[in-house]
Amino acid sequence: MTGIDTRTRSIVLRAAGLTALALAATFALDPFRNYQLAVIAATFCATAGLTLLVGLTGQLSLGHAVLMAAGGYGYALVAGPAAEAGLPGAARFALGLLGAVVISGAVGGLLGLAGARLRGPYLAGLTLALVIALPALATQVPGLGKDQGLGVPFEGVPGLLAGVMVVEQWHAWIAIVVAAVAVTPLVVLRSGRAGLRMRAVHGDEVAARLAGVSPARVKVGAFVVSSVAAGLGGAVLAVVTQNVGPGRYSLAFSLLLLVAVVVGGLGSVGGAAVGAALVVLLPWFVDTLASGLPADLEQRLSGNLAVAVFGALLIAVTVAWPGGLATATAGLRGRAGRRLSRTPPAGGVPSGLPPSEPRPDPRPITER
Amino acid sequence: MDRLVLLVSTGVARGLVIALFALSLVIIWRAARIVNFAQAAMAVMAVYVAFAIEAATGSYLLALLAALVTGALLGVAVERGLMRHVAGRTPMPGMIVAIGLVMVLQSLLGILFGAKHRPMTPVLSESPLYVGGVPVLSRYDLFVLVVALVVVVGLGLLFNRSTLGLQLRASAVAPEVSRLLGVRVPRMVTIGWMLSSAVAALAVLLLVPTELGLNAHSGDVLFVHAFTVAVLGGLDSPAGALLGGVVVGVLVSLVTGYASAGLAPLAVLALLTTVLLVRPGGIFAAKEARTA
Repeated sequence: MTGIDTRTRSIVLRAAGLTALALAATFALDPFRNYQLAVIAATFCATAGLTLLVGLTGQLSLGHAVLMAAGGYGYALVAGPAAEAGLPGAARFALGLLGAVVISGAVGGLLGLAGARLRGPYLAGLTLALVIALPALATQVPGLGKDQGLGVPFEGVPGLLAGVMVVEQWHAWIAIVVAAVAVTPLVVLRSGRAGLRMRAVHGDEVAARLAGVSPARVKVGAFVVSSVAAGLGGAVLAVVTQNVGPGRYSLAFSLLLLVAVVVGGLGSVGGAAVGAALVVLLPWFVDTLASGLPADLEQRLSGNLAVAVFGALLIAVTVAWPGGLATATAGLRGRAGRRLSRTPPAGGVPSGLPPSEPRPDPRPITER
Repeated sequence: MDRLVLLVSTGVARGLVIALFALSLVIIWRAARIVNFAQAAMAVMAVYVAFAIEAATGSYLLALLAALVTGALLGVAVERGLMRHVAGRTPMPGMIVAIGLVMVLQSLLGILFGAKHRPMTPVLSESPLYVGGVPVLSRYDLFVLVVALVVVVGLGLLFNRSTLGLQLRASAVAPEVSRLLGVRVPRMVTIGWMLSSAVAALAVLLLVPTELGLNAHSGDVLFVHAFTVAVLGGLDSPAGALLGGVVVGVLVSLVTGYASAGLAPLAVLALLTTVLLVRPGGIFAAKEARTA
């Protein structure tokens, strides 16, 4: 048990260190950069959940945008009435997050139940149908505010910090802290017994069942955990943009989340962070580049060019470099580590989806 | 009553288009064990070519041929140029590459042609014909019905009665054994892609005149419907695709006619979820669990 405890403690310590670093970094950024940082942190919640789901259990979800939307709506539906009832900021925010967790967890649980019975293409198709149906869902279900979506109460800078920061920086702080709270448990799960079970189910369901692991329970559990993380991301995005609506959570956005985890490396949480930054910053960068062009051309390029680049990236990474960024850096780290200390790299082995390997994998599951 | 007859018969015509598209998904699944998420984008691209040919020559027949040929060529290009190089025994890398292809194709079409819908006039009139005083199908719907049935019967004959069909089925089920018996398995996979994307292009070409018009995303909803059909019937079952297509087409038509068009996607989603939760093996699947 002490081994697990020290591992958990080291993960939490590392997370706390990274969070403090990110919080400090917000002071060096201007308001717009801080806004982008908040969006990246929110997206990171979803990509971290998705990379766990796809990389470790092999369930391909194209619908994580819907889970983010579920979190956003959950937040808005609770925080809106709470604000009208006159609750102060912190309590309202906590209740809103609870709403986000409940709704996204429920939607994720339902999808997970379906996912436990389905595989590969069928689950992907179901989640795809869900994303396509989201605008209809938002307009037809009463209380979701139709196309415009719901407004979300404004979270201003609290009195103590009001002299130090502007609202964008405060929102970035909120986003960073929520992302840390959402992602750290995922990393703990991934490195512990639950992660092992997920990999076992992904590797060989029959063998996992013989070893006493219930594939259905593991898959549903993974889906719920992944959905809750995505839902928290959606709640943060709702706070930052003060709105939640179907427009933001289109199929294109859902596919971008997939691009982020594939490019970052399936199963790698660090890769998910890099991927989240990429899918937020690249479209903005491309749009900035295109803004000097004639209006007609700019209108055509806006949005489309970034999607084309992402699609090409998705294809190139999958065909040429199946492990994504994580494998490359882990390989470098592993080699460097061996050279320095002659100990095997801890946790550096990329998990999940080794597509190029022949299937009967000779290594025992514990080493994968 | 009149309204019901009209809605059901229109639904059947729409359903056959969905069935055609679902059939194209079944063909590719049986040939290469992959769900081609890029099917709709590829088909829309072929229809853009057909659209240009029709505008240039004024002949619908030439446009039809152009859609089929372009679809087939796109299928070959994607299989030879891309899918063949995807490693792995799990279906996931193939799916991810197909999704990447959707993004590339749709955004390229968006850049080239803009976001607006290009209207496409149907080759025959869309006002309904009357049978005994009851409005039933339009001429165009009848045309769609006939074309779809001809293609379905033709594919059935090809797969079940010809040597090529036997080779196609054999190389899909047991590639190693087929290779030992002299079947050129890679060529069969390519032929499967050709057939599949040509059929998909035909389905989108038949669909577009009845919808808003041609746009990079014209095929998206059709793909979701067809995928629902594939889940209803099972990706391995052509008969299931046919029947499922008609069921989904009639459902969408009835919901649109009696409730509202906004509810149709929800009805399809509800149908899909119900089937998945109640009978996850699909209605026509023989096996208890799906193994991808």
